[in-house]
Amino acid sequence: MSDTIFAISSGAPPAAIGVIRVSGVEAYSALRSLTGREFKPRRASLATLCDAKGLPLDEALILWFPGPKTATGEDLAELHCHGGRAVLQAVFQALAAMPGLRPAEAGEFTRRAFANGRIDLAEAEGLSDLLSAETELQRAAAMQMAGGSFSRQVETWRSTVLRLSAQVEAALDFSDEDDVSDLPEQFKQDLADFTRELEGWLLRPRAEKLGEGFRVVLAGPPNSGKSTLFNALVESEAAITSEIAGTTRDVIERNVAISNVPFSFVDTAGLRLDSEDTIERMGIDRAQGELAKADLVLWLGQEGGGPANAWEISARMDASDYMPKGEARFELSARTGEGVSALKHALVELARQALPKPGEAALNARQHAVLSEAKQALGRATKEADFLLCAEELRQARAAFDRLIGRATTEDMLDALFGRFCIGK
Amino acid sequence: MGARAGLVSFDLNAIGAMSCNPAIGGLGKGHLVREVDALDGVIGRAADAGAIHYRMLNRSKGSAVWGPRVQADRVLFKAEVQRIVRGQANLSLIQGEAAALTLSGGRVSGLELADGTTFEAPRVILCTGTFLGGTLFRGEERFEGGRIGENSAQRLAQQLRSADLPMARLKTGTPPRIDGRTIDWTALPEQASDDESWTMSAMTKARVNPQVFCAITRTTEVSHEAIRANLHRSPLFSGAIDAAGPRYCPSIEDKIHRFGDRDGHQVFLEPEGLTTHLVYPNGISTSLPVDVQHDMVRAMPGLAKAEIVEPGYAVEYDHIDPRALTPDLQVRAIPGLHCAGQINGTTGYEEAAAQGLIAGLHAAADETGKSAPALDRANSYIAVMIDDLTLQGVSEPYRMLTSRAEYRLRLRANNASTRLTGLGIEAGCIGDDRKTWFESREEAREDLQAMFEIKLHAKALADAGLNVRRDGGEKPVAEWLRHDGIELDDLAPWLDRDMSEHAELAEEMAEDAAYAPYLARQEAELRDLRASEGLRLPADFPFNEVPGLSSEMIERLSSARPPTLAAAGRVPGVTPAALSALLVYARRWQTAA
Repeated sequence: MSDTIFAISSGAPPAAIGVIRVSGVEAYSALRSLTGREFKPRRASLATLCDAKGLPLDEALILWFPGPKTATGEDLAELHCHGGRAVLQAVFQALAAMPGLRPAEAGEFTRRAFANGRIDLAEAEGLSDLLSAETELQRAAAMQMAGGSFSRQVETWRSTVLRLSAQVEAALDFSDEDDVSDLPEQFKQDLADFTRELEGWLLRPRAEKLGEGFRVVLAGPPNSGKSTLFNALVESEAAITSEIAGTTRDVIERNVAISNVPFSFVDTAGLRLDSEDTIERMGIDRAQGELAKADLVLWLGQEGGGPANAWEISARMDASDYMPKGEARFELSARTGEGVSALKHALVELARQALPKPGEAALNARQHAVLSEAKQALGRATKEADFLLCAEELRQARAAFDRLIGRATTEDMLDALFGRFCIGK
Repeated sequence: MGARAGLVSFDLNAIGAMSCNPAIGGLGKGHLVREVDALDGVIGRAADAGAIHYRMLNRSKGSAVWGPRVQADRVLFKAEVQRIVRGQANLSLIQGEAAALTLSGGRVSGLELADGTTFEAPRVILCTGTFLGGTLFRGEERFEGGRIGENSAQRLAQQLRSADLPMARLKTGTPPRIDGRTIDWTALPEQASDDESWTMSAMTKARVNPQVFCAITRTTEVSHEAIRANLHRSPLFSGAIDAAGPRYCPSIEDKIHRFGDRDGHQVFLEPEGLTTHLVYPNGISTSLPVDVQHDMVRAMPGLAKAEIVEPGYAVEYDHIDPRALTPDLQVRAIPGLHCAGQINGTTGYEEAAAQGLIAGLHAAADETGKSAPALDRANSYIAVMIDDLTLQGVSEPYRMLTSRAEYRLRLRANNASTRLTGLGIEAGCIGDDRKTWFESREEAREDLQAMFEIKLHAKALADAGLNVRRDGGEKPVAEWLRHDGIELDDLAPWLDRDMSEHAELAEEMAEDAAYAPYLARQEAELRDLRASEGLRLPADFPFNEVPGLSSEMIERLSSARPPTLAAAGRVPGVTPAALSALLVYARRWQTAA
């Protein structure tokens, strides 16, 4: 932990201000070298930043936090500079030239916070999500994790399973004493209730959904108005920039937030299920794949021709030969925009149901997998007649809870986790 | 192992004397006996030589928690210990009071006896039992000693206390001994020795002694009244003893005080031997005055005319905080000095035997340039105990329990040889007899392994009346054994093999097969464990320099001095965040070193 690290901690320049964070033992001396003056802890002060030759670089607001009670657990300085590229570049270079300082690696600030005991694993995971949150819903869910409420929940589960274990262990180790006989009647009931509680958690909407957005696929034959509707849905909305790597771009995908709810709209290649053309066939296979991944399909083709549970849409109200579907859920004109806002409103309502509720901790893939292990072990324990094996299943559940909050942490897992962070967070 | 050793004791003829209950083994303790035996220790063989009552505790539960226990004839047990000790090569027996350690350059360099004789030795192992600063209490009476009628080691206790070691006091107790001829046995339910053929030691061919039965009686309201009326006269309640006693084996006055609503407590009347009338009433250890003991005993069914031959008493003694020890049970502050047994805050016999073995193995291995067997929590109760002691310390005499072992399904009392004897052979601590036995057993294992792979059809099993679905298909024997209610014996008709010579091995392998899915699920956990066992925290690791550790964490870690990251995770109260801080720092520190 000898290096002092620094990075731009605000968004990419240019911006109104750019915040550079410096963390480590040399943080204060870096401040002094840049400004030639002393700072009081936890006070904002205005100072002129100069390079090694004394040439002024910027006027900046300086915050100085001596360790260990800081975000990273180390000495920490924040330089609130003007947010132009050239200014930040110059301050960056001045810092890089100082001995013992180097630019931070991805996730390194959070990693230090974790390593210095400032946050636990679940909090670190939440923080990672918090920092990549782009909508209010994402932020609220991440806050639940970062704020440690999930960690507290896991601790509660852990003590529940410990209490259950203690009862089995007593029956195993003290069965010869006449004080302890069999397990209490209530035991199996408590175990079953506990298993159901975890089941409830596992059924909750997942955290990834917040990042990926509620996935709406537009499908139907060529020229059924898909692309026009697609544009009508995404155009006026705030684009979400994050791209999902590895998806095939035969289909067009846009991430937008409508009323703060993240959506991913997908326009598929026209579906003609009778095509003989090999290349078109491949495109159609991909489109079929998209339908399978969708949270909702908007079907613009012939009534009843779409996948089950698709919403039947008649999108060409404005056409002269318009023939509405008998059971259309929405009639609209993608071209004139008529009826589109009613559709959007309905989509938002549906997505809110499917996404984590504000203020409710949502599990990510790793947490979901580990919690499922715990639930499965408890489920097996409920059915197990052999006390010894019941005890082993409870132990497995406890081990899973330990993994959830990093009590049984492996280095691989830490590396994987901290690789997710952007530089400077 | 080629080391020369001397055994110093107040009275050589007392070596092998059982201070307390004349029983060896029990839940968890039986595992320790089998493990010490697997490493060729004495306790299992001596227990068989003295055994007059065998009982497999927890027989109705899964085999991993079975607890083999014997009651031993004190005379026969001691005779066997004496025979083995006196026949041991390279061991000199020295009678005298070990009065002081000689130190040179901060290390142990030898031992001085009370009569002034000195011995040079690079290693000294203290096995003081309850004799270190031992004081006996019985009602208002006080005696100096470690056992009734014997001395205690006061000078050595003084030296250790003044050496600035973390010393403290613990207490234990013993019940009154009763003359069996004055017990009305006919009025009491009997508990017979079980009629199976298992033994404590793998090297014992068959049970040798006639088997006796125990009887069961209970304390009554009248007994409890006698105790309650005199609680103030018990040194435990008068404030004379403030040391903690074992919660798992409380005195009768403690039981009455803490569980006041109970109208009786079970008491086992256990004969002390074939040639004595003494009976040990298991369950009423006490330090009440003699007259109260008398009233309490006589109020119990079958004991109306019972005569007390030797009243019960409590003993309070010095022990060292075992967190001051390294995993080879060496005192960190005094290299060369090891401690084993009750001095480390454990209960006696089995726990003591296991520690004596570990201290001895390590001392001998270090002096002869060998390696002691690599024991860890996943291969032995012995390691579980040593790890618990050295990391967590004790607040009462530590007693082995199966719930202390997280990998309990692997650590069965009946697979101790498989787990440990091979490691013992590598370390050089196994005698020729056991080595020959073990090698032939390993050959038999290969043969039996083929048997577990034989495939059997569900239909054939169902036709023979076994409870399986007829359409269950063809599976190897090993998999059939995972079905509820299918035992190896049930499959014998298809196996066409005489297993009688290695019946216990076949049974062990059948259990392995039955537990296999559970063991497989532990694999990832074990990989993690071994990885973090691999990250060493050397003796000079600066816990106080790890960034972000709170002073509370630093205090906990510095006093327990965990030798590895995995061990740090087992120090009580250490948080996940602290562990990760330790992980990161330890990795850097290792690379930098």
